[in-house]
Amino acid sequence: MFAKDNKLFSTGDIVGFVVLAVLIFIVLPAGLDTFRLNLFGKYLTYAFVAIGLVLCWGAGGILSLGQGVFFGLGGYCMAMFLKLEASTPEATKIQSTPGIPDFMDWNQITALPMWWEPFNSLTFSLIAVVLVPVIFAFIIGVAMFRRRVGGVYFAIITQAIAAIMTILIIGQQGYTGGVNGITDLRTLLGWDIRTDEAKVILYFVNAVLLFVCLFVAQFIRKSKLGRILIAMRDQEDRVRFSGYDVANFKIFVFCAGAAFAAIGGAMFTLQVGFMSPSFVGIVPSIEMVIFCAVGGRLSILGAVYGALLVNLAKTTFSEMFPELWLLGLGALFIAVVLAFPNGLAGLYKDYVEPRLMALFKKKADDGGGRNFDSIKAPAE
Amino acid sequence: MSDTPKKPSLSMEASRRSFLMGGTALAATLFAPKFLRAADYPTAAVNTTGLAVTDTDVTVGILHSVTGTMAISETGSVQAEKLAIEQINAQGGVLGRQIKFIQEDGASDWPTFAEKAKKLLVNDKVASVMGCWTSASRKAVLPVFEQYNGFLYYPTFYEGLEESPNVIYTGQEATQQIIAGIDWVTQTKGAKSFYLLGSDYIWPRTSNKIARKHIEKLGLKVVGEEYYPLGHTQFNSVINKIRLSKPDVIYAIVVGGSNVAFYKQLKAAGIDMTKEKPLLLTISVTEDEIRGIGGENIVGAYACMKYFQSLDNPNNVEFVKEFKKMWGDDMVIGDVTQAAYLGPWLWKAAVEKAGSFDVDKVREASPGIELTTAPEGYVKVHENHHLWSKTRVGHAKADGQYEVVFETAELVEPDPFPEGYQ
Repeated sequence: MFAKDNKLFSTGDIVGFVVLAVLIFIVLPAGLDTFRLNLFGKYLTYAFVAIGLVLCWGAGGILSLGQGVFFGLGGYCMAMFLKLEASTPEATKIQSTPGIPDFMDWNQITALPMWWEPFNSLTFSLIAVVLVPVIFAFIIGVAMFRRRVGGVYFAIITQAIAAIMTILIIGQQGYTGGVNGITDLRTLLGWDIRTDEAKVILYFVNAVLLFVCLFVAQFIRKSKLGRILIAMRDQEDRVRFSGYDVANFKIFVFCAGAAFAAIGGAMFTLQVGFMSPSFVGIVPSIEMVIFCAVGGRLSILGAVYGALLVNLAKTTFSEMFPELWLLGLGALFIAVVLAFPNGLAGLYKDYVEPRLMALFKKKADDGGGRNFDSIKAPAE
Repeated sequence: MSDTPKKPSLSMEASRRSFLMGGTALAATLFAPKFLRAADYPTAAVNTTGLAVTDTDVTVGILHSVTGTMAISETGSVQAEKLAIEQINAQGGVLGRQIKFIQEDGASDWPTFAEKAKKLLVNDKVASVMGCWTSASRKAVLPVFEQYNGFLYYPTFYEGLEESPNVIYTGQEATQQIIAGIDWVTQTKGAKSFYLLGSDYIWPRTSNKIARKHIEKLGLKVVGEEYYPLGHTQFNSVINKIRLSKPDVIYAIVVGGSNVAFYKQLKAAGIDMTKEKPLLLTISVTEDEIRGIGGENIVGAYACMKYFQSLDNPNNVEFVKEFKKMWGDDMVIGDVTQAAYLGPWLWKAAVEKAGSFDVDKVREASPGIELTTAPEGYVKVHENHHLWSKTRVGHAKADGQYEVVFETAELVEPDPFPEGYQ
């Protein structure tokens, strides 16, 4: 059964990737002004998280309600670098201690804390963007999965970690900017990230990185590792009895999800111009799961569409009905979950793809092996 | 928006009264608009930067949270701003142009604020924005306003330490709210020791820092200082500490939903604020918050603000009446709501002084703008973009209103970067 799935890309996958690439690289930039394009850039940063969730949750069965932590850590690492660059002695001469970030000055900190120092280096910061969240995910993963904590318990613990992280950031405001976050970021190595041209360039950088992550995710899913993940999700004990170390696989996929989320967070900081604890806590973390659920938790491409659709709906509804929009958004979620439990991707696979395929191919041998075609989605 | 009631009769009345009030005023800005005609100010001349200004109207933005945890606080500001806009329109608008507004929801979410601010400035080209409430939301939109040269009227009392060329701060910065209150409580109540308490973010921390410095300058004592996360609801341990350290004054800067728990638990612990042993002085509870706390739970506490709904002057009597007429009899008006009401008026005065909607010219015209019709009384815009205003102390009554027991004789100068308090 798996034999058909061995190819990295089936025809369906190729069509899916090409359509998404056309949308992101051509249709959106051509059809939108810079302001809207920048908004889409922001939505796409959430798609990184959603892709990670497809791997963890859809494929691996690990539901993390704390992806905001990794998104936030990545974002904060980026923000710390940008903040240090913005806090030159000239720009901060109004402070009692010029040359340190403004929020430190408000909190009577008179020298840059030691652990901020390395963030003067872009190279270090970029490595930290990925490495800090991954190490953190690794520690959580080892602590949880080695003890065979899974399912609901794991979800609850990740949620608690999200809450703890928020409290920590808010409480240590002298070092983190507190509830305001790290704001007023201006330049990246002297390049003003707030101009329209910069927004467009950042959008494309973001899009390229997104596709890199999509390819990595696709590779993981189609590899032997990906199949073990699915096997684990459906029958963990059998996999264990077959001699696989289940915990290691879970740790790996959890770390991969964290790395994706962190890259998204860093791109978010660059495009939005600040980072705050409101992306770290429980609510944003659950929202990220919703993007994934709406898109379809079994499909990495679906996750991207889910993130785009939900955020677009959020912006549009809130512009049209400033006082009622949350109800509309809630209705959308309920409708999607009730009507299409596998999200947009499920909808596509059940209704659109078969017709598309019938149109496309005369050669029937390519069995439409998209996504987890050969495996029935469990009714969790 | 559909929620703006259409009341032609109100408009007529409002304009006549304002006109009469203006007659006694020094500020020509308030009745001059009666005679301003759009035709005398050709659009090409008053709008050289491509703002949303036509021959008949001008568009401004309103940017507050109407959903999420901050909605309960920010709704009053939205209502006050809409009232002010309607009254200004009834008087003939700004430079002969009717004010239209585009309302956006910040959704109690700081990046959303930044996104919407950008939308208002870039897409809608609004001439100014009335908005934001929390410091975090202001910090989030600040780079947007500075980048696109927007102009924001920010209504909330806040920690200071900021002076943006793109913001007019219509609320008090921290020293305006704190120093006079502490002086009052030491002089009239003989307080010698203080217990400082607050929610854990920049405003309470900065405010308490200023309070502490001032208390220590007076040679008095701070016996404790504690912070709790936003939304915290367990205050029993701090209440016990307060009992043990027996301060003369509990200086409380607890915000939002935590307030409800804090005052109920204080009462339940047997601390009767009407006995003033210890006395409770707060700078974070307006009439709006008392609606949530319940008047019976906070009766006897003192609050230090610049405005109370019960202020007895003709401007305020009129304002309260119009506000209730537009939004319902059960509405209460807190300090920030009044400050939000000033925003559109200050903007109108600055635009008409400048003879232009251009942000650079409005900014230049703003310092020195006076309002004699402000519900809180006479106010004036300082060079540093904050307002000169009085500090007042109110005594909470069981019906949820404050009785004003003290006000400073003179306007207090705004000082966002206070020397010796940092």
